[in-house]
Amino acid sequence: MKTRWKSIEWMRGNCFGSVRLGLLLLIVLGVFGGLPEVQAAKIGEITETDWTDQAARFFTFKDPSVRYAVLGSIFLGVSCGLLGSFILVRKLALLGDTLSHAVLPGVALGFLWNMTKDPVAIFVGATIAGLLGTVTVNLIRDTTRIKEDSALGMVLAGFYGVGICLFTMIQNLPVGNKAGIDKYLFGQAAALSSGDVVLMGSVMLVACLLIFVFYKELLVTSFDSMFAVSLGISARFFHYLIMLLLAFSVVVALQAVGVVLVSAMLITPAATAYLLTDRLHRMLILAAIFGLLAGFLGSFFSFLGNNLPTGPFMVLGASSIFLAAFLLGPRYGIFPRWLKQFNRSRRIQIENTLKAFYQVREAEEFSKEGVTLSALARRRNESLREVEKRIGHLVRDGLASFDENQKGEVSLTEEGVVYLTPSGWQRACEIVRNHRLWELYLTNAAEYEADHVHDDAEMIEHILGEETVRLIERRLDFPTRDPHGKLIPSAIDMGEVDSNKVEGATGYFSNT
Amino acid sequence: MNDFIPSFDFYTVFVEPWTVDADTNIWLLLMGFLVTTACGLIGKFIILRRLALVGDAISHSLLPGIAVAFILTSSRATFPMFIGAVIAGVVTTVLIEFIHRKSRVKPDAAIGIVFSTLFAIGVIIITVFADHVDLDADCVLYGEIAFVPFLDPVELGGMMLGPFPVVRMAIVLLILIGLILLFYKELLVTSFDPALAASLGIRNGVFHYGLMIVLSLVIVSSFESVGAILVIAMLIFPGATGSLLSDRLPVILWMVAGLSFLYALLGIHLAIWLNCSIAGAMVVIALLLFIFVWVFSPKKGLLQKWVRQRLEDPDSPSSTA
Repeated sequence: MKTRWKSIEWMRGNCFGSVRLGLLLLIVLGVFGGLPEVQAAKIGEITETDWTDQAARFFTFKDPSVRYAVLGSIFLGVSCGLLGSFILVRKLALLGDTLSHAVLPGVALGFLWNMTKDPVAIFVGATIAGLLGTVTVNLIRDTTRIKEDSALGMVLAGFYGVGICLFTMIQNLPVGNKAGIDKYLFGQAAALSSGDVVLMGSVMLVACLLIFVFYKELLVTSFDSMFAVSLGISARFFHYLIMLLLAFSVVVALQAVGVVLVSAMLITPAATAYLLTDRLHRMLILAAIFGLLAGFLGSFFSFLGNNLPTGPFMVLGASSIFLAAFLLGPRYGIFPRWLKQFNRSRRIQIENTLKAFYQVREAEEFSKEGVTLSALARRRNESLREVEKRIGHLVRDGLASFDENQKGEVSLTEEGVVYLTPSGWQRACEIVRNHRLWELYLTNAAEYEADHVHDDAEMIEHILGEETVRLIERRLDFPTRDPHGKLIPSAIDMGEVDSNKVEGATGYFSNT
Repeated sequence: MNDFIPSFDFYTVFVEPWTVDADTNIWLLLMGFLVTTACGLIGKFIILRRLALVGDAISHSLLPGIAVAFILTSSRATFPMFIGAVIAGVVTTVLIEFIHRKSRVKPDAAIGIVFSTLFAIGVIIITVFADHVDLDADCVLYGEIAFVPFLDPVELGGMMLGPFPVVRMAIVLLILIGLILLFYKELLVTSFDPALAASLGIRNGVFHYGLMIVLSLVIVSSFESVGAILVIAMLIFPGATGSLLSDRLPVILWMVAGLSFLYALLGIHLAIWLNCSIAGAMVVIALLLFIFVWVFSPKKGLLQKWVRQRLEDPDSPSSTA
């Protein structure tokens, strides 16, 4: 019991940071949310309502139908986000899709129970149909050779077909209060009644409560069911608990999102959260926030456009949040990763140019300070133009200049002479030292042939850190020459240390 | 509740359709058969490649392609609709690949995100522009063979071929069969062993995208009849039911044709009896036939397995299910 409390305390501590992060995102999205209004205005024109009036009506929350719609959308967004996170990490994403289609006959039968849109009867019918669907998927998968994806598709379409039959039969019925039954297909948050909202709220509360109480068990069974079993936790029980909660939240979401798109509310907010964090508790909180936002945006735009179906707008809201995270997410976003890669390849190019500079000077036995562009171009096996560009990068980074005193510009001609600044020279020596040390390390410690080590060193020279270099030096007992007989540049060459403070053969301080 | 299921009358359900309303019903049957066969044939290759749910995704995400084609041309002309559908199908496939390659989102989640987004865009376009274009969301989404216009017949060289949608579907089916015969070996190899295909010099990517394009064409031409969602049933059920009866791909492909005929015929009668959607009724028949085969299949049926287990192991009869 004590550990349980500890873990909850720990969760609370962590929640706090996530909440702040969530608030930040909320503000960012508020800015983003301003953009689609241009489109909304268009929709407003088409349906000939003034969208500013509509927006004002929406935000004052005077209409009870607006209050119900917003509350309902928010409740469903939160519960779908939470449950969606679990089905996503359990790699069951499309089971949500199947389940949401499979509930349709249950909705129809629930309606037929007493020929009205009774929330409770529909809820019970749909939950039973949904669970029957998941059980059928398992049965098909376990007793035939049909693959899981086909089984999912068959249950989805088969149950849905039965549902469509029942729906068309209901529509042909002469009796009964059929109003609103068609809203189950695409969702209309404005058609929610107070009873529906209460039901949605209670499902959300139950889901939150159960997840909070069984957080640790759910975590373990989601990621490592073998380990869970060894701890005496029944993986099967928690699987069906998740399925039951999933069925609940799908069923209550139907009226606002519709059968077809409810799976998006499960998958998209959770996938967005998954792009932003590695920790399950943060993922849950973020997914709930994204679900809430999507629900809110959906009900808002659907109201603006004079009660267009809510589901598609909610899904588009969730998808735009996903797109933002996909492109800009700090850790896994496309742009940050692209930027990192760009910087890395630029650094490698710069370092290779510096290395070429060193090698040219070495070939001249360090007789001249400067190096001509044509010599660099020959060394790099590149055209003069390319070398010019690279030197341009060096100059911009303050690593090279065209003049011994680093003043003024000399025109870039074939015989133009380039000089390195002290920091540039130091970097050049470092790279050459890394390269040659690594070659020596491979021949001495790993017993490579001397003619096999160059390519490996070409790659590692850009990555070796200062610490590792020192360690290798000590391992190799402060060498002076690489396997090809060339001198390894020492700290004196780099101008790093005063020559009279030098200890040891190569002039490095030993850290020991 | 008693009024809900109409009383069963053999004469009205089984005889009248072929005496009084034979003119329309023969076309309904033919259309249903053509749609289901085309879907079933390509669907078998889709499920072989474990792409059943990509098929589902494409069937949803064709919607914006078709909707945009409708709006741009303001007509239900076939050609723009096909172009729109093919573009939407390829975009779906590429987006799914892109998301799961470029991020850590799993393929199944990527499928869910892509198709729902495109579908939502399609629904919004249709509902917003519904007043301007003759395009009914319900018709595209749920489809109804009974609403397919059988009125404009196609004549070729003075010979009546049949109503336009039926002729179009027949052409699509013939093209599909032609392609399958032409590339049967390549399809077989790329489906079962992509590595072997690559070593034989067969381009897996070409066949993957080619299959997706043909799939988009088949789905879009089936749209009017079975709708965006039930089309997935027609893709998966015939092939899956066939695979419970045989292991040989050619045999299964022949079975697909036979099963398709059964779906169409029994579906029409069921719909007439219950007064419900024909497409829905066809899926119900498909589901029932699948369950029947699942239990009674001579080689792989549940019953057969149970009997065999009891014969082999008479000591513990209760251990089987």
